Amino acid sequence: MIIQTKTDIIPSEITPKSVFDNRREFIQKAGLGLIAGTASILSNPLKAATLNSGTTSEGAGKLLGRANAPAIIKATEFARHQKIMGYTKTTYGMGEKLTAYEDVTTYNNYYEFGTDKSEPVNNSKLFKPHPWTVSIEGEVKKNKSISIEDIYKLAPLEERIYRMRCVEGWSMVIPWIGFPLAQLVKWAEPNANAKYIEFISLADKQQMPGQNLQVLDWPYIEGLRMDEAMHPLTIMAVGLYGEQLPNQNGAPMRLVVPWKYGFKGAKAIVKIRFVEKMPMTSWMKAGPREYGFYANVNPQVEHPRWTQSSEKRIGAGLFAGRIKTQMFNGYNEQVGQLYAGLDLRKNF
Amino acid sequence: MLTSLSNIPSKRQILWIKVSVFILCFIPFSRLIWLGYQDNLSANPVEFIERSTGFWALFILLTTLSLTPIRLLTGRSWQIQLRRMLGLFMFFYACLHIITYAWLDFSFDWAEITKDIAKHPRILVGFAAFILTIPLAITSNNAMMKRLRNHWKQLHQLVYVIAILAVVHFWWLVKKDIREPLFYAVILVVLLGIRIYYKYLKATKSVNKVRTSQV
Repeated sequence: MIIQTKTDIIPSEITPKSVFDNRREFIQKAGLGLIAGTASILSNPLKAATLNSGTTSEGAGKLLGRANAPAIIKATEFARHQKIMGYTKTTYGMGEKLTAYEDVTTYNNYYEFGTDKSEPVNNSKLFKPHPWTVSIEGEVKKNKSISIEDIYKLAPLEERIYRMRCVEGWSMVIPWIGFPLAQLVKWAEPNANAKYIEFISLADKQQMPGQNLQVLDWPYIEGLRMDEAMHPLTIMAVGLYGEQLPNQNGAPMRLVVPWKYGFKGAKAIVKIRFVEKMPMTSWMKAGPREYGFYANVNPQVEHPRWTQSSEKRIGAGLFAGRIKTQMFNGYNEQVGQLYAGLDLRKNF
Repeated sequence: MLTSLSNIPSKRQILWIKVSVFILCFIPFSRLIWLGYQDNLSANPVEFIERSTGFWALFILLTTLSLTPIRLLTGRSWQIQLRRMLGLFMFFYACLHIITYAWLDFSFDWAEITKDIAKHPRILVGFAAFILTIPLAITSNNAMMKRLRNHWKQLHQLVYVIAILAVVHFWWLVKKDIREPLFYAVILVVLLGIRIYYKYLKATKSVNKVRTSQV
């Protein structure tokens, strides 16, 4: 395994943004020219019709070659690629080869911005992560809210390099910046009835064009058991690769639970609710036989669609093959005891 | 061009059309090679190739299945001459699809592949569709056509089963956003529906004939 410390890849060293944007444009144009008469016309009218054309509508954008995109990029440029100052590095993920910034920020499952993994990076350009407040409610001493600025000051920010395993059978290694969720929970002052936490993402069709489609029951809801939430590995991420979270990665704040499948990581969180009963999450509602509450990475529990015993590491190359998926995504030592006595086949 | 197509094209024109279709069918493949050479196959190149080859196999299959409905609806039949080439291109992309799966995705790890096929209905259905295309490709030449005679037509009706399996395979791939597979399912239903409707018309006509002859 190649040992790479954080300093090996500084964000500026990865592809410059201008070059990168040109690249996407090139792909789009090249792809468009070739398939315009056939595939685009077949699939895009559907997309164009269902996605609101007011913002960066996928269908219209593609067919017009995104003629109006550059202006939009310029208008919001000031808010993007903001460096985060003063975070400490940690030893988490030492020895892991990082997934390229470009891959982490262009290959995203974020249905609020489209169901294709290449869509969120474009469809989230108009999303505004500032100003932002998160409200705390439910089984707490008293309901309150906190601004994203104050969340940044709540606890010292740390860099955590975590593996991320998607339920679809691919994985990445991402240098998150965040703080333990436990710190936020402490600040929230839950009462004795609080057994679970519900994380509620933003619901706003104007900013999140993918929500015009009822593919999931919006807003996106995820949840954790209290001991999972308090576990030192569980973090609230506000950045990656040394900068504030890009919109397509869940700005301004998202959950990261490295031993669970990626969909547990609720993005753009606006509400944190402490509850007594196990919350019903968006994916549990969408496919109760496929997605459970726990969603722990487990190579022994098969999924009806995807192989879970092995995974594809993004960026490993065309001929790299698959790697074995580890129990609890390799965090068994730290989190295994949380599930002692629990039948993981039933509680998948 | 279009006006000339509305008439019966000459032999020369047919040849010209065939060459154009041949080149067109190679574009998706060339595009993959080009994008691969440019290292532009997205963050997940294997998935990209799987999706692309799968899409084009299905697209060409549906095109092949539209040739007869066009004949039924318009009475024009020269386009049937494109059927074998299109069918073989479908097979070509299906082969690329399954080679990508077995080689690039699973590195020929047969134990894992067997498990994947057995445990996931979506893979099983896709695999079945591919297996069924093999006899059709093998018997696509004139010699086999002559040898099999009436059986040839029967055998090649497997294409309907393949098309249904392929659409199901695509449908079961998507998590929640079923618009695209639904679209192809609708096209397939329309294409098969036209055939069934004309079969029905023919059947009622012959029944009527029998009736009138009895009277």
